[in-house]
Amino acid sequence: MKKKQLEENVFKIIMIGAALIILIVLLYIIGTVLFKGLPSLTWDMITKLPGGGFYLGKEGGVLNAIVGSVYIILGSLVLSTFISIPLVMYINFYLPPNSKFSKVIRFSLDILFGIPSIVYGAFGFALMVYLGIRASLLGGIITVGMLIMPIMMRSFDEVARLLSRDLPDAILSLGATKYEMTKVLLRQLMPGLMTAVLLAVGRGIGDAATVLFTAGYTDNIPASLDQPAATLPLAIFFQLGSPVPEVQNRAYASAVILTVIILILSFSARYFSSKFSKNKI
Amino acid sequence: MITVTQRMEPMTLRPVIEIDRTTPLRKVKRDHTLRVENLDVYIEKQHILKDINLTIPEKSITCIIGPSGCGKSTFLKTLNRMHDETPEVKISGKVFVDEENIYDRNINVIDTRKKMGLLAQRPCPLPMSIFDNVAYGPRIHGIRKRKAINQTVIKYLQFVGLWDEVRGRIRSSANRLSIGQQQRLCLARGLAIEPEYILGDEATSALDPLSTKTIEELFIKLKEQYTVILVTHTLRQAKRIADHIAFIYLGQIIEAGPAEEFFSNPKKQLTREYLSGSFS
Repeated sequence: MKKKQLEENVFKIIMIGAALIILIVLLYIIGTVLFKGLPSLTWDMITKLPGGGFYLGKEGGVLNAIVGSVYIILGSLVLSTFISIPLVMYINFYLPPNSKFSKVIRFSLDILFGIPSIVYGAFGFALMVYLGIRASLLGGIITVGMLIMPIMMRSFDEVARLLSRDLPDAILSLGATKYEMTKVLLRQLMPGLMTAVLLAVGRGIGDAATVLFTAGYTDNIPASLDQPAATLPLAIFFQLGSPVPEVQNRAYASAVILTVIILILSFSARYFSSKFSKNKI
Repeated sequence: MITVTQRMEPMTLRPVIEIDRTTPLRKVKRDHTLRVENLDVYIEKQHILKDINLTIPEKSITCIIGPSGCGKSTFLKTLNRMHDETPEVKISGKVFVDEENIYDRNINVIDTRKKMGLLAQRPCPLPMSIFDNVAYGPRIHGIRKRKAINQTVIKYLQFVGLWDEVRGRIRSSANRLSIGQQQRLCLARGLAIEPEYILGDEATSALDPLSTKTIEELFIKLKEQYTVILVTHTLRQAKRIADHIAFIYLGQIIEAGPAEEFFSNPKKQLTREYLSGSFS
């Protein structure tokens, strides 16, 4: 009897400890970033381009990286959404349930999901060399698009799979074509798609390895697709590598900006997914 | 519960169509016939329906009864070709709808489904407003004029007795309706595609007794102008509303005929056992 009680207690301590570790890690990360970053987070940081000698501690901001990151994520989002929707609709509602082809697709997505982002970066770089594109906004968009596509497809697919077969049947029995059916289903799945999009954004905007070779880096805001674009993760990387303490602190300030953007996005993802579950009655 | 009874009253007291009391719900274009010949259905090599031969009498309610798993729903789905979506279902035989075999190669499945208004087991509103749910069918079948669509929507919502209940919130989401209201909405939605036949797949099994009664009353009204085919697993419901009965057991039609005769004087031993409740 005593042994059982001991078991129970030990396991309880392990579980509580695990939960505490997660909380401590989170607080430690946020604490460090805020503690080091907040003093350097000035209005200039988010509204100005890097001036001459910015990386030596002179004045300026990381507006180039903020805009660059937003451009790249928006572009890659458009790219991957337009490929994700037809794919998910096809494997869920056009192919019969348990079809071999949809199993192959889902398996491929799982593999793509697990590929490290540096591999996407290397692949994107090789693709750009082959196509003769320089490091540019377009290169970044394509590569980040490839990175977030499986994430988006997989999470959208999960939502689509949960949809009861009653709805497609109800629509078809009204004499609708499959395309007409797909449009109605997409409406039903819209909150789920939103969640998938936001998840993908959160992943794509924070990734440095994919844009390292493909988007390049610049102190300016890109004016067209073939110009290089700066990104926040790389801005953090470069500033952190500087020997000047002021610049290092600015790296933390940039990290605050990036974290805030990601937090906003994941909170909205939460909001949309809870709204989605309410809609399901 | 109390609110439901209050809502029920105006429906049963008033004439169903308020716009014009003399015109029927729709014009009946021609005599429609539904005949099934030598129908066999296999699902993954399992023989689900065996050599079904059945003529469904027009303008009446035919109830398909039988224990669960006997193939009733499978049979109903063969009538509007909903098995097309599942490739493991193999169908042989002929189903004549208005003298056309719907399993002929040159038959357009959309036309067939347009002739069949299906009311499923659970109400499944489309993710849109109450109005758009009913308007969906006419819209996809090419009706563009706003006035015509409005009239259709009001007509069928009135017929199912929903109009008075929802007229103030016709643009709000259909998911907010109660289950019973949703089922009536689904019936209105099915009627709005102007079918010739009404198929009901245990259409009341998810509903409370009051909503069930409402739906049954609607079926009785519908049989004046439509051929109604209902799958039901409650014998009592079949006794209440059926004009004709087909009893299916293990994929075969055991006995079929007029309801009165079927219940008062069953010919087969198996039917007698089923009616007496020895198995269900």
